[in-house]
Order: sequence, then structure tokens, then C-alpha cells
Amino acid sequence: MARMKFLCDAERCIECNACVVACNNEHEVPWGINRRHVVTMKDGEQGEKSVSVACMHCTDAPCAAVCPVDCFYTTDDGIVLHDKDICIGCGYCFYACPFGAPQYPEQQAFGVRGKMDKCTFCAGGPGEDNSAEEFEKYGKNRIAEGKLPLCAEMCATKALLGGDGDEIADIYRQRVMKRGGRPQTWGWETAYKEGES
Amino acid sequence: MKTTDPNRKRRLRRIISGSLLVMLLSAMLLPMAYWSVTQLMPETFAQPVTDTNPRSNYWREVREGTQGYSAVKGQERGILIQNGGQNWRQIRNGWIANFGPWIMALMLGAIAAFYIWRGRIRINETESGRTVPRWALGERVLHWYTAILFIILAITGLSLLFGRAVLIPLLGPHWFSGYAELAMYTHNYVGPFFSIGIALMIVLWIKDNIPNRTDWEWFKQSGGMVGETHPHAGRMNGGEKAWFWIICSVGVAVVASGFVLDFPNFGQWRDTMQLANMIHGALAILWISVAFGHIYIGTLGTEGAICGMTSGRVSSEWARQHHDLWYEKVKHLEETTAAAAAPPRHERPPQA
Repeated sequence: MARMKFLCDAERCIECNACVVACNNEHEVPWGINRRHVVTMKDGEQGEKSVSVACMHCTDAPCAAVCPVDCFYTTDDGIVLHDKDICIGCGYCFYACPFGAPQYPEQQAFGVRGKMDKCTFCAGGPGEDNSAEEFEKYGKNRIAEGKLPLCAEMCATKALLGGDGDEIADIYRQRVMKRGGRPQTWGWETAYKEGES
Repeated sequence: MKTTDPNRKRRLRRIISGSLLVMLLSAMLLPMAYWSVTQLMPETFAQPVTDTNPRSNYWREVREGTQGYSAVKGQERGILIQNGGQNWRQIRNGWIANFGPWIMALMLGAIAAFYIWRGRIRINETESGRTVPRWALGERVLHWYTAILFIILAITGLSLLFGRAVLIPLLGPHWFSGYAELAMYTHNYVGPFFSIGIALMIVLWIKDNIPNRTDWEWFKQSGGMVGETHPHAGRMNGGEKAWFWIICSVGVAVVASGFVLDFPNFGQWRDTMQLANMIHGALAILWISVAFGHIYIGTLGTEGAICGMTSGRVSSEWARQHHDLWYEKVKHLEETTAAAAAPPRHERPPQA
């Protein structure tokens, strides 16, 4: 069995946010929830870098560890999914997650949040694969159709990779070897100096 | 070969000592060659110390939780990695979930051991049927309002912390989920009402709870719980004052952290809520543990104490025994209550 992983190549991500749009469209995610987002550090400055991030489907998932109702489960592919029929919307997974993956339809007084929603690695949730009910709660189940996550599939610069962790690591290793193990900002160190124009 | 020629011997010695000197000087000076070259030609060998690797800078900023820009608008969307959650997980699932039950169990164990050893603290004198007013109606309503909400909050709160380990095996995931959702919303809606009770209690009873020298003596004599002596006490004894100040400190911290958790709509960040949750859980367990003691002393542990909080009146004998200084002040309000006079006291076994 493959161990599914996401990897975002910060040297390639151009912050186009197409992964975010693709995800929202594919799964018909409710307005206001974004299962994926792109973060840009040093926006508009030297050394600007972007990374697309969603649920990373952790091995020892903090969300699952703190869930008071134990609604998370990990598939044989290493994908971390949750059961919305069991989720009570307490917000603990949101406190625990380092990546800010868990999202809620609401954020109201008295801790009213609604059922948690997050990236499913396009693998739906419990219940019948690609049933209307599964789509309603979790979105498309592309994995059941033999497809990989749409965000990574359609990434124009192939910055975002999603799939078997070994294969992704191989692709990335080849890229790094081609780059000569140096950052892709060749010449910057000679040409520019930090803090000076 | 044997060297006997003195000239040859001398030359050999000179060569050996000369070589040693060269070796010694080289060993000391050669490492400095790099320095002398870079000093002489700094523009060629300059190592710009300000230059850093942009990639490692990026990841360092990410690990430090520096906010970036995100086109996806929302709270904390610019933070790629928030490290605090893992610490929160370790403390909640580790210390609080592991030591919490022990603290509560040890408290219950200590109470049980005390009960077995000391038994119920009886009223020494035979009750005459005379009573004095102890708690006004408003005080009793406030006490029971807060007490009932406290118990509801304790049960629902503990269910959210320990239900996964304790109740899921009993109820199954779906039934427990239903119960946990009810427990969570009950906890979240009852909490603010409970805080009103706590606030009113503090305002109402602070004047009776200012510590004084009598309390010091009371504590030195273990509040009369050990031995047969009964230290002096005013309307509130040292123990009651301690419980009052625990509510003022621990209780207020639990209530305040509860508000932080209960109103995510105010936009507080994850790190604040992680901290609030740790304070809330750890102190609530301590509070519940101390409350076990309060409940025991007020009911099973002390004969005649519960009457004060139910009927509002206590027997004069109880008042003289436990709150002698206060009894002197309320003696003039003494009344004979027919109901209290009825129980035949001779049935009680003699004191040891």
C-alpha cells in the first residue's frame, strides 16, 4: 500500500491559488471554508516564497489524538479522514493542528462551530464511495475512482505534488539534484545584500 | 654502522634540532597563513556574514510562526505552521488527562480514609430544639443555584476530557457522540450563568471571609477535625474562608479561561485558546477535588451542617460548637423550632 503525502515545492509555487479554487470547486465546499490555502512569506520582498498547505495527513495526527469523540481514522493509504456524524464541532482539532487544516462553517458565541471540515486528500469519508451523502458531507472521492487529489493534479507549475510518498520523494529528489542542492536564487548572494536596495 | 666522528655527530645533532624547530614553527604559523592571506586580500576572500540562505530563512520564519500573506482570508491564515498545538496536546493528553484522575481519586480516598478514621463529627451537646438563622433565603438560593450548575459543568466537562477513554467503550461511538454534543452545548451555555453565581457569591460573602487571627488559631488546631477541641470561629471558620478564597482564585481563573474558550467569535488566536484550555482543565480538576471536600464536610462529615443550607437555620448547639464567636452575635435571634426538638437524642451512641 502506498503512503499518501502532499509536498509543495517552494521553489516552484507561484502563489496562483489555483489549487484553492480547484479544491473548492471539485468538492463544492461551502462558502467561507477553504480546505487549502497558499501562504506567502516575505510577500513582495527579496526571497519571497509560497507554499500551498492543507491537511498534511500526519502519521501521528494531533487532531485525532485530542478529539474527544474519536471521530478521526487513518485509511490504509495513510489518509486522515473524519466522520462528520460523530464530530461535535468542539474545535479541539483546530487547536491541535499545526497547519490550521480544520475549518468550521461557523464561529459563534457559546462555541457554536458546526461540523469540522478539512481536506480529505480527495478520499471522501466513511460510508458508500461517491454516494450523494458522501459528496454532501465530504466532497468527491477521487481516490475511489483511481485519481489523485485535484489540487496537485492540476497544479500548473507542478509545485504541489500529491500521491504515493515514495514517488513524490523521488520526483523532488531529482529536482533538488538538478538544482545542484543550491537554492534556485543563483547569483542573488553575489548580486544583492540583505537589507540594502 | 657506528658513528664515532665527533664532527659527524655534531652535524647530526644540528640537523635534528633544526628540523624540530622548523616543524614546530610550521605547526604554529601555517594555520595562520589563511588569516594572513585574507587580511592582505580581503576583497578576494571576503565572506559576507550577512548573506543567508533564502530557503533556510523561509523555513525558519515558518517554524517561528511568522505571519505571511494569504489570499485566502481568515484568521491566522497567514501562519503556515503553529507549533503551540503540539505542546497543548502533550499537556492536555499527558499531564492533565493522566494526573487529573489521580488527584480526584486521592482526594476521594483521603476523604474516605478520614471518614473511617474519624467518623461523622457529631454535635456534642444534646440538641434542645433551639435554632439560630444561619443562611438567608437569598444566600441559600444562590448557593444551590451555583452548586447545581457546578455539578452539571463538572460532569459535562469531565465527559469531554475522559469520555473518549471511559464512555466510548460503554456507549459506543455514536451514542457517545450524541451525549458529548449535548454535554458540550450544556457546558458552553451553562458556563456563563454559573459565572454570574460565582460573581454574586464573591460580592455577597467577601465581608465574612476576611482572614484574621482567629483563623490562624483555627488552622493550628486543624479546625477541630482532629481531637475533641473546638477552636473559635466567627460566621465563617478558617476552612470556609479557605474554600471562599480558592473560589476567588482558582474558580475565577476557571471561569475566565472558560469565557476565552466559549466565545471564539471574539477572534482570539489559537495560542490563547490552547493556554486557556490548559488552565481551564487543570484548575477545574483541582476545583472539583476541593469541592469533594466541601461537599463531604457540608453533608456527611458534620452533623447538623446541612440544615443551615436547606432550612436556613442551625441548632444552637451546632452553632456554639462550630461557630462560637458568631453564635454570641446571633443568640438574640434564637427560636425554638418544634421539628428540631422532636428527635430523641438518647438513641445516639455515646462519644468515644
